[in-house]
Amino acid sequence: MAGILVVAEPQGTGFRRVGLEILSKARDLKGSIGGPLAAYVGGSGVADSASQLGAYGAEKVFVADHEALGSGLAAPHVDVIAKLQQENDFSAILFGGTSLGRDTAAALAARLGAGLNSDSTDLAPGGSGLLATRPAFGGQNLVQSTWTGGPQIALVRPNSFQASESGGSAEVVAVSPEISEAAQRAKVTARKPAEAGKISLEEASIIVSGGRGLGAPENFAVVEALAASLGAAVGASRAAVDAGWYPHPNQVGQTGKTVSPNLYIACGISGAVQHKVGMQTSDVIVAINKDEEAPIFQFADFGVVGDLFEVLPKLTELINQRKG
Amino acid sequence: MKIAVCVKEVPDTTAEKRIDPSTFRLVRDEGDRMLNEFDKYAVEEAIRLKEAGTADEVILISLGPDKAVESLRQGLAMGADRLVLVSDPAAAGSDYLGTANALAKVLDETGADLVLLGSEATDARSGVMAAALGEVSGRAWITSANSLAVNGSTITVERQSDDGVDTVEAPLPAVVSVTKAINEPRYPSLKGIMGAKKKPQDVKSLAEAGIDASSVGEQGAKTKVLGVETPPARTAGQVVKDEGNGAQQILDFLIDKKIV
Repeated sequence: MAGILVVAEPQGTGFRRVGLEILSKARDLKGSIGGPLAAYVGGSGVADSASQLGAYGAEKVFVADHEALGSGLAAPHVDVIAKLQQENDFSAILFGGTSLGRDTAAALAARLGAGLNSDSTDLAPGGSGLLATRPAFGGQNLVQSTWTGGPQIALVRPNSFQASESGGSAEVVAVSPEISEAAQRAKVTARKPAEAGKISLEEASIIVSGGRGLGAPENFAVVEALAASLGAAVGASRAAVDAGWYPHPNQVGQTGKTVSPNLYIACGISGAVQHKVGMQTSDVIVAINKDEEAPIFQFADFGVVGDLFEVLPKLTELINQRKG
Repeated sequence: MKIAVCVKEVPDTTAEKRIDPSTFRLVRDEGDRMLNEFDKYAVEEAIRLKEAGTADEVILISLGPDKAVESLRQGLAMGADRLVLVSDPAAAGSDYLGTANALAKVLDETGADLVLLGSEATDARSGVMAAALGEVSGRAWITSANSLAVNGSTITVERQSDDGVDTVEAPLPAVVSVTKAINEPRYPSLKGIMGAKKKPQDVKSLAEAGIDASSVGEQGAKTKVLGVETPPARTAGQVVKDEGNGAQQILDFLIDKKIV
């Protein structure tokens, strides 16, 4: 077993940032668990962007171009990566915790009979090779887990590592994808892309969330305006989602998404356990709530007791001014 | 058509949870237990397909401690027909693969045309079971269904992807995980709750279910927990009362933290 394979998901003419974050981290891991450091890029019309990954430390980039690989479905990627694994015997295969990453990692691990550590927020040398850290119960515990056999397959939570360029260049290797009929049983027949420029919650480095304190669905406009000024994604508490004020995919909490952005701004959210476990691993938490007894103030780094309809528009204006 | 719904008993989502420092497993005898909230959407969807005449049987399948029957019975109270629970001390400590192996074996026995799952469990939160089960059981699989429709031997799903919503088709038999957008799960009626106790609840050991003990539990797990830490809890930071300059104070704080 030799080397690390990082699965980098194409997005537009570049890549989802989580893939670049993992590559940057893998540069450090290479010293202890051994190189080479390779990347996999699978998609439709992605050949031109592959060489970009050299700047983040990939020495070799395997590029597979096929219509089925651009469908957003995982099964075709599983066939291609399983074959790469057969030929290269990587000791670790690392995925970003996106929807596609999760599906591909799970099915690949099952096919290879390999161990899978999900939702890793850190990877370090240890155990039989790598040691993965995973927050459990919203970060109340940190679980350290290793693998009992290779390849070591991990899903990494976005924003866990810093993406940084190292200025290298990569050898780009075109692979001819062999995709089985079984992997193409599920087929995409139509696609409805989300609004352009919309940032997914899991990947966002800043999230502005609204809760019951907003009072009505149209009031999410103040949250959206602040989010737009910060280049942030919009989240919502369970109370707001259950009331039908904001869509399900935006829910943060125990029965929604778990997020770890650099900055989380909670607006009119009380901060009950249900919400706390979905966001308490954020680096910095700011809360605005009119109730000074709200539990959110017990774990926010900065809290403002006040009317969010006063504070949010002002903050939005200040940030827009600052951007000039 | 037969539908199997994979369900899991989890700790009460509102309760504090604890990991046993000696076994690294969740302490299972503390506090309330419940049917995983995400699974209710899968159970509801299956029952609706039965009510619409598309399906004729809804079977709940699970791997877990035998006491889990009490939580999982909620699915029967909602309207599922029967429960098959694989429960065996040797299955404790199963990872994603052991669980997928066990569920796949039960699926082979029941022969379901459609297998539904919640998108994730509120305890492990990894969201990998549908893909792993699809792979292990050899069925077509689709994750994150916001809606689904069965048309003869084809299933059509509106799938929530990272970039939007896609329409995806697959031939049956198939494994599909559903999101919370798919429906609003019903509360069991009193009649449903009373009737649930009389529905078949088949608790099987690994041997009875024909599952190879080496493929599940700690002996089958491909990952191993080496330690559990409890990081210091987050503490309260500065809290100010807005006297007209709250927004400016937030901005100053963010500048100080080098975020803006």
